[in-house]
Amino acid sequence: MATKMSSPSDVREKIRKKRRELQESLGRVRDDKQALVPSDWDLSKENDHTAVEELPGGEEDPGETLRRSVMAKRMKKKKKLLKEMTVESPPDEEEVTAVQEMREEQDRGDEVESPPARSPRDLPPRPVMRPGSSQSETTMRLRMTEKLRAAKSKAASLLEQESIIEPASRLQSLRDRDTLTRFDRDTDPDLQADEDSSFAARLKFRDAARRAAKDKRAEAGLPTAEEAYNFFTFNFDPEPQQQRRKKKRQSRRREAEEDGEGESGEEDEEGEEEAELEREHEGEEESEARDEDAPLVRDEEEDLFIIDQSAQDFMEVRRAEYIGYSRRLQRERETLFVPSMRPVPASSKLPENVRPRYLEEEGLYVGERPHVCLTNQNILENRILKQAEGRKWFGDDGCIIALPDPIKESSSRPPLFHLEDELDPALQAVYRKALKTKHVNLYIAGMGDPQADYQLDVDVSGLIFSHHPLFSREHVLAARLAQLYDQHLTRQHKNLTLLLTDKLNSLRNTIQNMLELHRGEALSQVTPAEDSEYKHEVRHTRQLRDVEQEKDRALLKSIIRVWKELKALRDFQRFTNTPFKLFIRREGDGEQDEQEFENDIMAEVSELEAEAEEDYQRKMSEYRRQHEEWKSWKRKQKALKKKQKKKRQQEEEEEDEEREEELGEEPEKPEPPEKPDTGDLEEQVREKAARIRRKPGEPVLIPELTVSGPITPNEQCPRAEFARREDVAKRALFIKVLYNDKEVSRTDSRTLNMDFRVHFGQIFNLKIVNWPESIKLQVFESVGSSTSQLTEVCVPVPESSVLTGSAPFEEMEFSSNQRVTFNHEGVGSGVPFSFEADGTNTQTLLTSGKLSCCVSWAVGEDDVPLAPPSSQPGGGMYSGHRQMDAIACIGASGLNDMKKLGKWAAESRLDPNDPNNASIMQLLSVVSSGDVAVPEYFRLEQLQEEFNFLSDEELQRSRRFRLLRLRSQEVPEFRHFKCVPSMEREVSEKVFQDYEKRLKEGEIIDTKEHIDAHRALVAKYLQRVRESVINRFLIAKHHFILSDVVSEDEVPSIGVLGWNLFKLAEPKRPLKPCRKERKKVTAQNLSDGDIKLLVNIVRGYDIPIRRPYASKPPASAKSGRSFTEPFTAPVSSQTPQQGSEWPFGQPLVRPFVEVSFQRSVLQTSTAEGPNPCWNEEIVLPFSAPNGDYSSTSLQSVRDEVFINIFDELLYDVVEDERERGNTIHTRIERHWLGSIKIPFSTIYLQSRIDGTFKVSTPPVLLGYSKERSLGSEGGYDAVRSLSEGTFLSLFITIEPQLVPGDTVREKMKEAKFDSQEGERLLIASEVFEKEASGRFPERPCLTTVIDINGKTVFVTRFIRPLNPPQELLDAFPNSPQETAEVVARYVSLVPSLPDSVSFAGVCDLWSTCDQFLTLLAGDEEEHAVLLCNYFLSMGKRAWLIIGIAIPEGPTAYVLTYEQNRYLIWNPSTGQHYGQYDTFCPLQTIGCLISSDNVWFNIQPYAAPVRMSFDVSKPNLWKAFFSRAFPDPGLSSVQPEGLVYRHTDRAVAVELQDRIEKVLREKIMEWRPRHPTRWNRYCISTLRQFLPKLELSGGREVAEEHRLELQSLLGEYRISGFPLHLPFSEIRPIIEAVHSTGVHKVEAPNVEFALAVYVHPYPGNVLSVWVYIASLVSAH
Amino acid sequence: MTSNNPAVFLLMVNGQIEAADFPEYDDLYCKYCFVYGHDWAPTSGLEEGISQITSKGRGSQSLVWNFPLDITFKSTNPFGWPQIVVSVYGPDTFGNDVVRGYGAVHIPFTPGKHTKTIPMFVPESTSRLQKFTSWLMGRRPEFTDPKVVAQGEGREVTRVRSQGFVTLQFNIVTKDMKKLGYETTSEHSAATGLTRTSQQL
Repeated sequence: MATKMSSPSDVREKIRKKRRELQESLGRVRDDKQALVPSDWDLSKENDHTAVEELPGGEEDPGETLRRSVMAKRMKKKKKLLKEMTVESPPDEEEVTAVQEMREEQDRGDEVESPPARSPRDLPPRPVMRPGSSQSETTMRLRMTEKLRAAKSKAASLLEQESIIEPASRLQSLRDRDTLTRFDRDTDPDLQADEDSSFAARLKFRDAARRAAKDKRAEAGLPTAEEAYNFFTFNFDPEPQQQRRKKKRQSRRREAEEDGEGESGEEDEEGEEEAELEREHEGEEESEARDEDAPLVRDEEEDLFIIDQSAQDFMEVRRAEYIGYSRRLQRERETLFVPSMRPVPASSKLPENVRPRYLEEEGLYVGERPHVCLTNQNILENRILKQAEGRKWFGDDGCIIALPDPIKESSSRPPLFHLEDELDPALQAVYRKALKTKHVNLYIAGMGDPQADYQLDVDVSGLIFSHHPLFSREHVLAARLAQLYDQHLTRQHKNLTLLLTDKLNSLRNTIQNMLELHRGEALSQVTPAEDSEYKHEVRHTRQLRDVEQEKDRALLKSIIRVWKELKALRDFQRFTNTPFKLFIRREGDGEQDEQEFENDIMAEVSELEAEAEEDYQRKMSEYRRQHEEWKSWKRKQKALKKKQKKKRQQEEEEEDEEREEELGEEPEKPEPPEKPDTGDLEEQVREKAARIRRKPGEPVLIPELTVSGPITPNEQCPRAEFARREDVAKRALFIKVLYNDKEVSRTDSRTLNMDFRVHFGQIFNLKIVNWPESIKLQVFESVGSSTSQLTEVCVPVPESSVLTGSAPFEEMEFSSNQRVTFNHEGVGSGVPFSFEADGTNTQTLLTSGKLSCCVSWAVGEDDVPLAPPSSQPGGGMYSGHRQMDAIACIGASGLNDMKKLGKWAAESRLDPNDPNNASIMQLLSVVSSGDVAVPEYFRLEQLQEEFNFLSDEELQRSRRFRLLRLRSQEVPEFRHFKCVPSMEREVSEKVFQDYEKRLKEGEIIDTKEHIDAHRALVAKYLQRVRESVINRFLIAKHHFILSDVVSEDEVPSIGVLGWNLFKLAEPKRPLKPCRKERKKVTAQNLSDGDIKLLVNIVRGYDIPIRRPYASKPPASAKSGRSFTEPFTAPVSSQTPQQGSEWPFGQPLVRPFVEVSFQRSVLQTSTAEGPNPCWNEEIVLPFSAPNGDYSSTSLQSVRDEVFINIFDELLYDVVEDERERGNTIHTRIERHWLGSIKIPFSTIYLQSRIDGTFKVSTPPVLLGYSKERSLGSEGGYDAVRSLSEGTFLSLFITIEPQLVPGDTVREKMKEAKFDSQEGERLLIASEVFEKEASGRFPERPCLTTVIDINGKTVFVTRFIRPLNPPQELLDAFPNSPQETAEVVARYVSLVPSLPDSVSFAGVCDLWSTCDQFLTLLAGDEEEHAVLLCNYFLSMGKRAWLIIGIAIPEGPTAYVLTYEQNRYLIWNPSTGQHYGQYDTFCPLQTIGCLISSDNVWFNIQPYAAPVRMSFDVSKPNLWKAFFSRAFPDPGLSSVQPEGLVYRHTDRAVAVELQDRIEKVLREKIMEWRPRHPTRWNRYCISTLRQFLPKLELSGGREVAEEHRLELQSLLGEYRISGFPLHLPFSEIRPIIEAVHSTGVHKVEAPNVEFALAVYVHPYPGNVLSVWVYIASLVSAH
Repeated sequence: MTSNNPAVFLLMVNGQIEAADFPEYDDLYCKYCFVYGHDWAPTSGLEEGISQITSKGRGSQSLVWNFPLDITFKSTNPFGWPQIVVSVYGPDTFGNDVVRGYGAVHIPFTPGKHTKTIPMFVPESTSRLQKFTSWLMGRRPEFTDPKVVAQGEGREVTRVRSQGFVTLQFNIVTKDMKKLGYETTSEHSAATGLTRTSQQL
């Protein structure tokens, strides 16, 4: 606005005009104002108070105080003004208004000069006031000045003086101003244009002016663009220094003075005050709320305005304002906000006293947030927090709410390579000959032979136009007539009226009959429902009939009318175009007609009466009910009123009434219904009858349309008509036939006849291959050479039953919306035309017509329809279902739901006799009888059933499916079931027997097999644990890591590279070649027979030698070896030479080794002597269980390799001495000497076993001596005589080498078991183990183990001193060593069950000691832990050793420190070794575990012989808990103490008997062809030995009882031995006995002896001794 | 064998590994093997084989093996329908024998002649460094078992890159499928013919 600087005079003019208007309006409004003031006054009073109260608040800032005081004064002034409001000077006031408005706006803009005092909520709109007279103003102003002065004195004493002086001049100026402005306006009217733009001398002012002008808009709450701009650009300086402001003002004023425009430098507050005053008045037009925006200083502008100014002044050119940098910075600081980059404390992001909540921790899924740089995030958070609602942007976790990252990590689109010139030859385009597309989808489905052809006959017979552009008016009428006549004919044909009349009559008769029938009884009681139904029916039918009759009549009327019009037209145009002629025949007789008519009327009337009566009754009852209600309400009302009156007499009645109304709305008082007027009814009926019906006696009019009328020949027609006819003659039409949107043929072109009918009569035979999707006919019209398509008609594809010959013609209606106009008589199409001469009553017709055609399937020569089979999936849509569909043909299409249909039929009361309804009635009857139950529920997947393979029930029942399912679930019995039979009947029940038995076993304990019920229970429990672990494992198994799938070379490290380089320099064929690692074979692609077990038996040491059976007991039979020195190195106790007793030439022993594995048994050749050398390789085939060669399956192979040493004895059985010369006839006997068992899993996991192993020999070998013959072999033996026992050097491996299934273990680690350990501990242990395996991959390191519940537990928790059975401690109270041995023996008697076998290489499960003792089964770890704990409780220093031993593989031993020596205990055998014992099976020591720490061996050597066990040395042992990571004080998982149940001796005896019985039976069973004789005497002797053996721990009683035996059985050659086993089950005992081969002795006179002894130990630990011997008579 | 109640159905496959399309490589040979479910058993023919080394002809880009396949399976259950796994090997720049592609395809189950083109791919190295070293050492990553390409399990841990195509041709004959209730040929698809509209007026 301000920019619009039109000529100043204009503006002035406008301003003046406006002012006058304002004056007038003010004058008018004033009176109203007076009235308004009082109420407003109250408000303002209140507000004033608040304002005044505020005043003393701010003393801190002089400027602030000043302003406040001014405001307070203003209030007071206002009050005064209100009172003084008497004199007015409208023009003046109005003018000031403008000024004030201006100023105010300016103030808003120019904050430096006058800070905004506005606080919009502070003060409500003020009452509208008029400024007082100048007189009153003066007095008031003076007062104000004084007050101001007082305030100012604080702030600026310098200015005080001025402010005192100024009021006078100011006043003056104000007075003068009036005239001045007027003058001003005259000279400069331009200003007026925008009301205030005259002040736009400076930019600021202009801005302000703009705002002022827009104020009104702003009041509505809509910020203008400028406001918005200002809002953002202005500096909202809250408290500019008053001082500075003043100074500035002064300087400005000085400037203004210099300008010489004569503005008085009235800088005073006074002026401002005045302005305020005026502005308040201004409030009439303006926002009243804006008052507090009052500027404090506003003098210049005012002066500017008062004093006349030229346009130049408004365009004053000034220096660009410069604001100092620091100041600007300061300003900016106030305006701009620089968010901090520091992280926002969580407390400020969340509501008070709310802790952040992390959804992840609660287990909820939280998507990954998009990555935002942390500083950016901080900035954003800081920024958001500044906002009012900032907190809502933060989630519960104190982070900004964000959606998960939507960006894919990798682009899904392959990169495009720009191949400009050199196109990759592979990508070059290759020319291919175009192929015809095959219409695979379009083939007619179900075509048996491709030769079958299908033919559609399309018969296009003709075309009739119901409208054509070339129609003349007469044609239009004629067409209409014809149409109406057609309608008439069809109606006639249907004759609905008659039908309905008949129905009505019959219904009436029925009612009549019923009435008669039930005359005696009360009709309504018997069949009230039926009755009302009939009545309803009658009414309905009557209505229908009336409608039909009316229609008939209307039709007739319109036919006649059109005919009349036609005739009129013909007369008018004086020629005839159409041959139509209408005759109307009259028929009928009066008499009967009238009678009928009357009857009908009467009947209707009576019915209506009855209805009306009924209606009345109903209404009446309704009325009564309502009336009753009303009455009751009224009564209540009265009661209420009384009550209330009593209660509150003093209250006014009005209120009372109000209350009443509140209580309940008064119901309308019902009006009693009117009695129906029967007189009226008849009249109505008659009237209606007259309207819609033929009058009685009136003849029946039957129109007949003929086409026999003459047509005026062309010559006689007027010119226009002639032209039309000519045009018609020119037209020709043809039709294209389109099949599947392809034109297949077209008809001949036929000219258009005068009657606008075209006859084609052509039949098109379409041989089709594709399934018909659409058949279209396109109508084309040609005029001369140009052709245009009129329309297109779609013909439905016929059902396959629609055949040529029988198919009816169909009339397809069509229309076209083209616009055609002619200049001749033709009415055109799509254009309005009129029949009237004056052109009124126009109508628009479109080209339309009917196409008569027929599409049907052709019939072949042999009367075979050439139609495809009807069940077409795709064809249904297009097929002419409509004709076949009973429902569709009665117009209720889409009712597919039978139930709905039935409902609809019942509702619509279909007439069962109507031939139209016959089909639907039939359908309904079928439906109702067929009981098609439609479910009333909604099914989500309604097609699911279609896809169900079988019903669940059937799936359960079928054996075959069960088998398949079990197989896919990897149930062990079926995991590798091959070739599930294809037929149900071929699956026998037997298949499931094992499985079901196993399932049942879950509950029933088979005591027979386990003998001991307790053990059976334990076995079950173990089985269950195993299953759960295996399930876990199966899950882990299906979790693949890359190395499982892809074999990839590791990135070679520098070391490897260097080694490889070094190897280049190696000699090609070194003299001492080193063993190369074989290539490992993954187990997957193996099959039976591929894997072989290689056992290389190198040599044996110290094999027991035979003892001559008939010798006398040597004197020194008792061994000199003291049994009481177990901890000292065994002293070689040399027994006297006994070899000399052997017959000369007979070797001491002829041992051979037999290896049995998986029931295949192979043996070496026989060597001689106690230290034989075989050096033979035995190859045994290996077959995995179920042919599954996966690593997991191989790990779970439980087979063991038995290596037995036998002595081969040859007996000369030549009876006849004479033959001895030329015949050798010997019998071979084999005597078992000892065995080694190596589980296959150890071989598999170790990949090779190489070393010298101690053969477990029975403590006593009858007939053999374990004494070493030193003399004969000299010093060589002296070295090895340190240790006792028989040894065998072996090398065992698998060919090809299999990759051990370590990956599974790795994966199990990845799979992560739950743990109760702290996260930190777990991480630390992981790191520790990783580091350990990194440095010494061959040394096992163990920090965490999995307990029996499948939870990860830190290993030190298992170590805790636990009391051994007191019984054992009491056994040798004086000898700690013996006690230790007894304890170790006790531990070793707990059956061992390697869980790496039972748990299929999944992991070691560690059970606590009490669990172990309850289960009575466990592997080395459990044994070791128990032993270690026992030792600890016995006061020994003991550690658990995790290491590698032979043949166990990775295992656990126990280390004790006593008498300055370290002893290594094998917990599974109970044996102990000194640290320097070379035959100690422990080969590598990985780590030591005590109850409070784990130490990993970081010494250069891992063999116990070569290392130090001082764990306090950190350079030798790396401790897990160190100073950096102290022991958090892990509590033990072990119980505080163990409770041992005393084992019942009787149970042991019973078990002993049972074992003996079983074994005897077994031995007899194993000897099917020989009689088995038992030597009872021997048995009883042996039985006595066994307890002694137990007592001595199986040592050193041999000689003693051998002698004893010998003395008793001197006549026999005895070979036999006791076997010692811990008891778990009976089966291993049988196995052990069988493997000794004692039963294989086939001498005819052999006798056997078998004794069993079971010694019970506390806690149900049983030691089983089996003594077995064969006796051969020496004779 | 002509019993009315067969217990198994037979699937006779013969055909050939016709040709391969490996744009950058030459002198390749291929191995094939079959992967099938538990209910399947080969009754005759070779279950796996290894082809001759073939070189590209002049101007032609395809490597032609024409290596015959001939195997007959019997089965009781279509589950685990046999797949043929083809792996292609050839020398790299240093003459090391490296794998050039793995691919698998189900044996078609409709009788008749089928031509299948299977895309071939190789596992990718896990890192750039390994890629380099494997290239240098001629020991590219390989599947531990080529049969994994016929299975879904465990594939999620692999990354592969495509290499080329191998075209196989199968002639399939089945026996007793229908008797056991498996219909593999649809009558609709058997119909053939060309679009032909004859019109007579």
